[in-house]
Amino acid sequence: MTFRHTLLLRNGRIIDPANTIDEPGDLLVIDGMISQRGKAGSIACPPEAACIDLQGIWLVPGLIDMHVHLREPGEEYKETIASGTRTAAAGGFTAVACMPNTNPVNDNQSVTSFILTKAAAEGAARVYPVGAISKNSRGTELAEYGELKRAGAVAVSDDGRPVANSQLMRRALEYSGNHDLLVISHAEESSLSENGVMNEGPLSTRLGLRGIPTVAEEIMIYRDLALAEYVGRPIHIAHISTRESVDLIRRAKRKGCRVTAETAPHYFSLTEEAVGIYNTRAKMNPPLRRADDMAAIREGLRDGTIDAIATDHAPHSAMEKDVEFDQAANGIIGLETAVPLTLALVRENILTPARMIELLSLQPARILGVAGGTLTEGSPADITVIDPEKKFVYAKEDVVSKSCNSPFLGWEFTGRAVLTLVGGRITFDGLGQTEN
Amino acid sequence: MEFEYRFQHKHILGMEELSSRDITFILDAAESFKEISQRPIKKVPTLRGKTVIHLFFEPSTRTRLSFEIAAKRMSADTFNISASTSSAKKGETLIDTAKNLASMNPDIIVIRHSSSGSPHLLAKHIRASVINAGDGTHEHPSQALLDMMTVREKKGRIAGLKIAIIGDISHSRVAHSNILGFTKMGAKVHVSGPATLIPAGIEQMGAIVCPRVADAVEDADVVMALRIQQERQLDPLLPTLREYASFFGINRSLMRAAKPDAIIMHPGPINRGVEMTTDVADGEQSVIMDQVTNGVAVRMALLYLIMGGDDR
Repeated sequence: MTFRHTLLLRNGRIIDPANTIDEPGDLLVIDGMISQRGKAGSIACPPEAACIDLQGIWLVPGLIDMHVHLREPGEEYKETIASGTRTAAAGGFTAVACMPNTNPVNDNQSVTSFILTKAAAEGAARVYPVGAISKNSRGTELAEYGELKRAGAVAVSDDGRPVANSQLMRRALEYSGNHDLLVISHAEESSLSENGVMNEGPLSTRLGLRGIPTVAEEIMIYRDLALAEYVGRPIHIAHISTRESVDLIRRAKRKGCRVTAETAPHYFSLTEEAVGIYNTRAKMNPPLRRADDMAAIREGLRDGTIDAIATDHAPHSAMEKDVEFDQAANGIIGLETAVPLTLALVRENILTPARMIELLSLQPARILGVAGGTLTEGSPADITVIDPEKKFVYAKEDVVSKSCNSPFLGWEFTGRAVLTLVGGRITFDGLGQTEN
Repeated sequence: MEFEYRFQHKHILGMEELSSRDITFILDAAESFKEISQRPIKKVPTLRGKTVIHLFFEPSTRTRLSFEIAAKRMSADTFNISASTSSAKKGETLIDTAKNLASMNPDIIVIRHSSSGSPHLLAKHIRASVINAGDGTHEHPSQALLDMMTVREKKGRIAGLKIAIIGDISHSRVAHSNILGFTKMGAKVHVSGPATLIPAGIEQMGAIVCPRVADAVEDADVVMALRIQQERQLDPLLPTLREYASFFGINRSLMRAAKPDAIIMHPGPINRGVEMTTDVADGEQSVIMDQVTNGVAVRMALLYLIMGGDDR
């Protein structure tokens, strides 16, 4: 990796929603910090500094993906902390929050420390571990939140499976308050979704696949909103996918509940039709829904009901995916396609560029309570440069992740991250600037 | 102006892929093959030198036997493989199994599997023709074709008939294939059964849902009962089989609502006293044994046609 003490990024379109800025400007990075921000052409290149002319493309705070699966420890053949963060960097992300469903589960300080040690040594992005809500994510006993927090966990979740026991969820919401840890809910009423492999409806009937009804998600969101409100704690709802889920969260926010929610790019880009003839690359949980759900998700992103876009990057190898549909693993990779898929919403005038950066950077930072999300002077130089017009084909050979389970392979995209800096260090260079 | 029709399917994966023209062509071929099974020497050399593998991941008696008899009467060499259902359990993936079989150059693989879409997966990875002998809760095309052959034989036509299918529509690949097939041929398919066994959006496959069994059966030309698959129930779908029998079972009194010359069908095996009473199953309206007989003829036709046998 190249590390430059001084780097000038000139003539970019600075989009920094934290400071309500969207204007051409220059950014000077010294020793890993944003040292100065000015109007375009206002900052002279200091001697011996590297200087990159961005010619008007976007200069934004480093993107933060608050929901990924890095698979290490335990499933290093799918992804590692090194490969996953490299993938994040290639997608424009400077930080990721990794879910605890590794093997062993990240339900204690040792696993959290392991992840952070690995990330410090090999990571190409900041890594924020999410601890488990319950021991082994089994849903029966609380994990050690105090020790998890002390070791560096930023939130708790049993992601991948729901907390079926309402009493345990209540206790998790209560006890997480002692340690100032956010509870992230994987909302799924599993007695309704059990053995389901795609969205329930005419298409699942036609394909002969067991369906997952939308109410399986909505009932659990309602329960968790009710519990959070009852105990007076904030809650974050992961990967929402249905129209009614958006509406539940909208109503809870109107009532003043401290709820935040994320969705994933596939829920605003694809419908269940992507399953086609048993395409396991369109299989994930929650499943792809119908067009009216997709429209509601888009509206929720636009009107502020949904706070963040997170990829739910879930690498799986061919062993888990090139099998019968009902036996295939859930999940798709997403880090490399989030920016172009979200840019499509900007081009459709659903999101403004500033709203897009809020969803992908500012809000995830605020929700998790971590640094970043802004280009304020004095902040760490976590910076992403996005060329919104750059065309590329997401080809299998170009996939950076160790796994290539994406329904977007072969898609022709417009717009992508072209330069990623973490603490002033270039972690991805699609501009050819590493050579001086 | 009409173009000359040719049967162009390499695989038989489901009724969804077949047009009404294809179906008529298959049924015509099946009728001409039926006679072979009535000869003293029940064998023609049509598929001599062809290799047919029956790859069954689910237990089956009659479908497998029917396919095997069909292939043998056409002089094909047949091989049967019974495998355990879960690829995880047997330690080899379906694709690996398929590739291994493909390396021995079979011409046709007939597959039954508990996972919907597994014949499609197979067809994607091997050169041989694939016949779906039942995949999960998706399709069972040869069963639908033998049902349509039986109806056409007894009624002289399919278009314009009222077909009532009663029972577990959710888990029945037979129902799914029949709804698609009969609808394509111009029949009206009415379905009825416990609401717990009527799947979401079945109307979009062409079926008319009747909450009351009597409405489905009223003036029907064909009444088909489906097997209640007691082994496949994952959730509470029925209180008791006794209650099912009294409210959804086919009996004499229910049949009075149907047309007087209505025929009664069942894909087998029957749970007597559950889906239908014994007097109905064995009565003069029942064509259940004709279905079995026609199964061999339909399968002979399918084997013949996908081997490109358009040049009789």
